[in-house]
Amino acid sequence: MRRTSDQETQRTFTRRALVLGGAKLALFGTLAGRLYYLQVVEAARYRTLSEDNQFNLELLPPIRGRIFDRNGAPLADNRDNFRIEIVAEQTSDVGQTLAALRSVIHIEEWDLKRVLRETKRKRSFVPITVVENLSREDISKVAINTPYLPGIRIEVGRSRSYPYGEAAVHLTGYVAAVAESELTGDPVLELPDFRIGKSGIEKLFDGEMRGASGQRQVEVNALGRIIRKLPGNEGQPGQDVALTIDVRIQELASRRLAQGKSEAIAVDDPRVREALASGEAPVLGAGSVAGMINLDKAGKIAPPESGAAVLLDVHRGDVLALVSTPGFDPNLFNNGLSPRDWEHLLSNPRSPMTNKSITGQYSPGSTFKMLVCLAALEAGVASTDVEVFCPGYMELGNARFHCWKKHGHGKLDMFGALEQSCDIYLYEMAKRVGIDRIAELSRRFGLGEKLKIDLPGESRGLVPSREWKLATRGEPWQQGETLITGIGQGFLLCTPLQMAMMTARLVNGGYAVMPRLVHDPDAGEPSFETLNVTPRHLEVVIEGMTRVVNGKRGTARAVPRKSDAFQFGGKSGSVQVKRISRAERLSGKIKNEDRPWRDRDHAMFVAYAPLEAPRYAVSVVVEHGGSGSSMAAPIARDILAEAIRLDPARVANEQRPPKKDT
Amino acid sequence: MARRSDIDALNPPELTLARKLRQLNWGLIALISMIAAVGFAMLYSAANGNWNPWVYRQMIRYGVGLSLAISIALLDLRLLMRWSYVAYGVVLAMLAAVEVAGEIGMGAQRWIDFGIFQIQPSELMKIALVLALARYFHGLTHEDVARPHFLLVPLAMVAAPVVLVLRQPDLGTAGMILLGSGAIFFLAGVRIWKFVTLLVLGIALVPIAWQFLREYQKNRILTFLNPESDPLGSGYHILQSKIALGSGGLFGKGFLQGSQSHLNFLPEKQTDFIFTMLAEEFGLVGALGLIGLFLLVIAYGVAIGLRVQSQFGRLLALGVTTTLFLYVFINIAMVMGLVPVVGVPLPLISYGGTALLTAMAGIGLMMCAYVHRDLRISRQGLEEEE
Repeated sequence: MRRTSDQETQRTFTRRALVLGGAKLALFGTLAGRLYYLQVVEAARYRTLSEDNQFNLELLPPIRGRIFDRNGAPLADNRDNFRIEIVAEQTSDVGQTLAALRSVIHIEEWDLKRVLRETKRKRSFVPITVVENLSREDISKVAINTPYLPGIRIEVGRSRSYPYGEAAVHLTGYVAAVAESELTGDPVLELPDFRIGKSGIEKLFDGEMRGASGQRQVEVNALGRIIRKLPGNEGQPGQDVALTIDVRIQELASRRLAQGKSEAIAVDDPRVREALASGEAPVLGAGSVAGMINLDKAGKIAPPESGAAVLLDVHRGDVLALVSTPGFDPNLFNNGLSPRDWEHLLSNPRSPMTNKSITGQYSPGSTFKMLVCLAALEAGVASTDVEVFCPGYMELGNARFHCWKKHGHGKLDMFGALEQSCDIYLYEMAKRVGIDRIAELSRRFGLGEKLKIDLPGESRGLVPSREWKLATRGEPWQQGETLITGIGQGFLLCTPLQMAMMTARLVNGGYAVMPRLVHDPDAGEPSFETLNVTPRHLEVVIEGMTRVVNGKRGTARAVPRKSDAFQFGGKSGSVQVKRISRAERLSGKIKNEDRPWRDRDHAMFVAYAPLEAPRYAVSVVVEHGGSGSSMAAPIARDILAEAIRLDPARVANEQRPPKKDT
Repeated sequence: MARRSDIDALNPPELTLARKLRQLNWGLIALISMIAAVGFAMLYSAANGNWNPWVYRQMIRYGVGLSLAISIALLDLRLLMRWSYVAYGVVLAMLAAVEVAGEIGMGAQRWIDFGIFQIQPSELMKIALVLALARYFHGLTHEDVARPHFLLVPLAMVAAPVVLVLRQPDLGTAGMILLGSGAIFFLAGVRIWKFVTLLVLGIALVPIAWQFLREYQKNRILTFLNPESDPLGSGYHILQSKIALGSGGLFGKGFLQGSQSHLNFLPEKQTDFIFTMLAEEFGLVGALGLIGLFLLVIAYGVAIGLRVQSQFGRLLALGVTTTLFLYVFINIAMVMGLVPVVGVPLPLISYGGTALLTAMAGIGLMMCAYVHRDLRISRQGLEEEE
């Protein structure tokens, strides 16, 4: 019985053991089948996935092209940016390493906290930037101490630097992080620290200066740790851009324009201390030289004048200086600007972000009078010996048009009229020649159209005409408006660049020179078309401009000459911003200094030098600067003097030993 | 009958030590040594061609394990039978202790720290339960097995560790214990309809059991069902493992050349996913080779089971073989995405002390059963018949 039971047990066991063994074999077969499916049938797909796993494509940002002035001085450069990084996994105690680092170089408290926070959040092999923009001195201190600073490493990146800062900011522009709207699909734009040109040359030539990004394969593991970097395509560095600017003149012009009539005084002077004690903080970006502060006559800190200046080579069209003040330091954008500073830049009434030299549009005022006289001469409606009597006003219909000189100039010819800037004479000329011919000549001299300078944001200005008024205002042209245009006011608008260009075309013998900002030393002497103006007529207005500065009654005669060797001619202008009411005129309460800044006249001056064989033309606009001859003229003089001082022909002459007296 | 001395118990007169040594399955030892050698090679590769940190220690453990296996094989089968309930009781107590003193490892309490070494009672339980169940069913007649009330005790013996292991929580081990004991119930002759009943009951209980699962366990099952739904989350491991396997192709990328493994795309390549690395580096040929070796071990176990005279020895041999099979199958199926990732190591290959020692103890028990294959043991226990 027991035996049979045991035998039964054994039989059952044997049967079931074989079933179980068979099941195991079948299951192993399943595994083999699955392996076959994965490793043979699907092998190609998984191989591709495996390769994707291993390699990441890394973009190498190209080195941005630099900007130079005509003599090779860098206006925008790439500076090594030394930074210190910490790799948490390479140190046993992050806090201790940071403390040790802190005993070597200065680290801000919040940087320390940020690093500690980031080390907790990020994977331990990801480097975390501790400090940036370190000096070489600090770097060598850290380098010497590396044995005691586990996990600390020195990395060098590149950041954009503008050695001349705000003096050239409206030329260079600035670079900043790429905005969402600027993404074009070029992957290099999506790199976290890539910078793109936002204004000026940086913006206009962004494509050329950017270069082409390189690529390389980087082998990574599943955690994103870089195992190996494979050699790849290094990419193409961006092209350098050379400008026609002479940064020495540019810098002087920028400083001089911002200074205006105020006096630059060393910071350690008691007067500066007194001014600072009165509670006024110096305005940032005041355009002053380091260590100097501009004080006005009352001994207060003077804000930088708001204005523009353009210096041209009258024959080649080279832009030697193009200044707009106040500016701002483009280097500030490197590390990102705080929203508050950005707000300040935008809300500043002197608009530091605007390049007034090409964007600002002003009535040219009396600086336009040369063109009106020229138009009259060309039209044959006047000659140099035509005399006009100025009683201080002119009546046209019911309206009375005043001269700036209340009691009149008396009898004047064309030279005298330009010399003394008589409005009545110009009313008469405008009346005779008519708006159509004034407008036509103005356009020939570069007004009312863009001059296509290589900078973004150029304005057209405005040359009014009958058609223009009918089209835009729906009203017929009034003769009174012709008179107002005759003294450069009314609808007429010019940019400072156009005013400089007008002057250049007047003094270069009547050629349609165009501005050139990008310097190409290999391009030969440019040739420009003639404007078809009678040379004798040009000589007349040039003589008038000479007398403005050098004549006995010239409006700018008070501007002191720097030396006898340097002489220049020019024309002043003071442009009303606010209409002078009849009551004000009668009460005589029109002194500029008594009005708020916003209501003061714009001060203008256009000039050229040397007197014989003019080479340089300059325009200066000082917004709300008051009198053109007292505010703008000295600035124009100083810019021209610097241009003459640095004139290559003159410098070459001086360096040669004089052989004989000439 | 006078009690035999301990020495006598170890060396019954009819089976001398020398004879036992001759009876050892040297072929099986060679087979598992080959598998272990494959394991050493893979651990060497997992450490990027270094003997440290895994290969040396694994070799020492294998040496210890082999001694353990041979020592167990030389014990008297009746001695094992006599102590099997005790062993079960001790391991169950240890399992209960991890609830109290267990150290947190991988989000689950699985270890007991004895100071110099840590052990995983749940691993030991797989062997202890086989011993206890084999002992129990040895005592039943063919007719007894058919009576339901005789099944209550073994069911309780299974349920106790399963509940404890689930509480840790270790889904893989619980499943393995259930399947392994199920095999013993099956081999002992429990009627098929009872299994079917239990299965139906089990399926009915799934929705209820689901409530008691931890979030990560639910995730594992859900990602198993659709691994590509979350390629960087829980499904990441399975997907990366499949990529490694598939990219290995027919002949593999070569020893030490598995890019998935060496670039750390593969998780836990020295333990649970070591088979993936083998398949990546040696391809289908290498992977089938290893499966073939394991198949031979299983076949050896079945052959032993069929050859042994005592029911205890038979159940022991085949129970251990089944446990070994379950390890291998679940691990490989897991890394190929056939079953959820449940954290089951590949015996003899994966790095890890307890799993290796458990496997070697199992091998020892198999050999012990073989050495005593002609021994007949009475249903009551230790006394030899006739």
